[in-house]
Amino acid sequence: MKGQPIDRFSSELAADTRTAVIASASSTTEKRSHILNSDYPDPNRLRKLAAQIKQHTLDHLDTYLEQAVSKMRENGVKVHFASDGDAARETVLSILKEKGARKIVKSKSMASEEIHLNEFLEKNGLECLESDLGEFIVQLDGDVPSHIVRPIIHKNRREIANTFEREGLGEYNDDPEVITRRARAFFRSRYMESDAGITGGNFISAESGRVALVTNEGNARFSMAPNRLHIALIGIEKVIPRDRDFSVFLNLLARSATAQQLTVYTQFISGPRVDSQPSGPDEMHVVLMDNGRSDTLGSNCSEILRCIRCGACQNVCPVYRQASGHAYRATYGGPVGAVLSPLLAGDAFPQYSDLPRASSLCGACREVCPVDIPIPDLLVKLRAKGKVEGIPTPGSPSMGGFARGATSPGLWRAGLRAANVMNSLPASWIPAPALRSWLDQRTLPTWKGGEFRRWMKERRKA
Amino acid sequence: MSDSEKAVFDSVRSALKAKGEKTPYPEYDTADLIARPRLESGGLWQSFSKNISAVNGKAMRSIDELVSFLLEKKCRFGHCSLEWDSTIGEAIRAAGMRTSTEFDRERFEDYEFGITSGSGAVAETGTIVLTDAETSDRLAALSPWIHIAVITEDQLVESLGDAIGRFDENNYIVWATGPSKTADVEGILIEGVHGPGEQICLCLPNR
Repeated sequence: MKGQPIDRFSSELAADTRTAVIASASSTTEKRSHILNSDYPDPNRLRKLAAQIKQHTLDHLDTYLEQAVSKMRENGVKVHFASDGDAARETVLSILKEKGARKIVKSKSMASEEIHLNEFLEKNGLECLESDLGEFIVQLDGDVPSHIVRPIIHKNRREIANTFEREGLGEYNDDPEVITRRARAFFRSRYMESDAGITGGNFISAESGRVALVTNEGNARFSMAPNRLHIALIGIEKVIPRDRDFSVFLNLLARSATAQQLTVYTQFISGPRVDSQPSGPDEMHVVLMDNGRSDTLGSNCSEILRCIRCGACQNVCPVYRQASGHAYRATYGGPVGAVLSPLLAGDAFPQYSDLPRASSLCGACREVCPVDIPIPDLLVKLRAKGKVEGIPTPGSPSMGGFARGATSPGLWRAGLRAANVMNSLPASWIPAPALRSWLDQRTLPTWKGGEFRRWMKERRKA
Repeated sequence: MSDSEKAVFDSVRSALKAKGEKTPYPEYDTADLIARPRLESGGLWQSFSKNISAVNGKAMRSIDELVSFLLEKKCRFGHCSLEWDSTIGEAIRAAGMRTSTEFDRERFEDYEFGITSGSGAVAETGTIVLTDAETSDRLAALSPWIHIAVITEDQLVESLGDAIGRFDENNYIVWATGPSKTADVEGILIEGVHGPGEQICLCLPNR
């Protein structure tokens, strides 16, 4: 196999998919930068502030989690805990069963993607409809999302129109407006007939127990208006200390994710409906899921838990743009996925240990990250973890010879001088295959091995 | 405490045990989070109008303006329930449209507009604040194509931070910033996905 596993996905990606991913990712990156710089004199200060609040929360996660849970319970929310995906799935199922809920509308949630909740509920005889337009199309196609914020960045309108026609949602029409209207019409009665709504949650305030939840489409609002049961599945790292911190994160989240000042709908939910309100859930359940997060917190990569799932690192990443999200073979793609997937995998780390190597460490992801996660540093740490654990690295050039040379001064000096011979050899003769393939599209500068050392020696003499 | 709760807390605590220095909570002023260029010198209402227009919502100052808008959209029937104001409903009915004060779920598709009490608005972002206490029915503010939130001048605040500062005992607070939208299909912006396709804020003098 030539290159790393991710190279294979990239080489097999259809040309028009790649074009679509690149166009969408790069235009969002530009708009993001524009809105942040025109709204704030120093957007970097905001990023650093958000990073510090999140890191502070993670460093005291036990305290804040405890506070949040006791507030939520005080507010009338039923709080559950789940150590892993199995427990989370079973908890959600048992709440639904207990309430006799059969028809569920679900709004977009990465936590639920992580544990493949839909498939599980459907296997158990329940109907679980994804209501976010992109996620709905993913569900109809039996596909998986390829971007945190734009789940169908990899699909074009013709494919979507074909899906709608196949599923009986109207004859072929690829106008995005028609597609959207048809989805609207399809969902309205589904919402009204639903027994329960399942959502994620973007932030939980430890101070008040309020859960903040954002959507642009209004699907999360609709999944908790006509029915009587609301279940929110949320990762334990989503806590923030105080209500005032909401404004730091909401300002950054919308701008970083979609270059909006604010997501269209931000819901602050702190309990079931009150008696005076005719519509809305009588019961609110929050399932707090660990699923590898506390292990990640204990690792040397805990900064990744600051992530607020905006997708800015995906949009800016040259590897993501070439390979698209499915190349990362897990719920989270792009730079954040290259760190998070191997960590959340636990014992299955070796299965994803190639992902941290699928990066040029250019650092663009860190520059755009609204919570300033040092992603390149974390990638390097995970590469080291793979190396220490002796996990094979198919497709990567062997660095053993280089390591030996670089740690033995005599060998290094001799090598530097000997490599001068490359100047007079054709590139195809170079003994390192990785270097040869690098040179397919580049020319090597003239090698000047040993000259600096010679110069230093002369200088000392003088 | 359930077993699973204990297990999660135990494992969080053991993860934190090995950590050395802890990051302090930063001191900051929420006023620094305001997007200043979005505020106009002409005052809160001017800023709000500009910002709600920028997200394709509409700001209105008079009942007449609202009535002509509804007529222009050829509306015939909608929900209108405001405990503190009867003039809006009267004006709409006088113009030949019908209104209902209870939202009838059985005929939810018949409502062409929903008029509910708003709880505030944010100048910086063009955001309307809705709460369960003021909203006559969550569905009335969500399911019709046109939603009108009625607020009064004293409910308008400058920034998101101010709106958070006004959080009360309400279990359910929604910030709505323009009409419902998606860009899931090829990044093309389409309005009116699940929520309203028209989002209007009508601001009246103080109650």
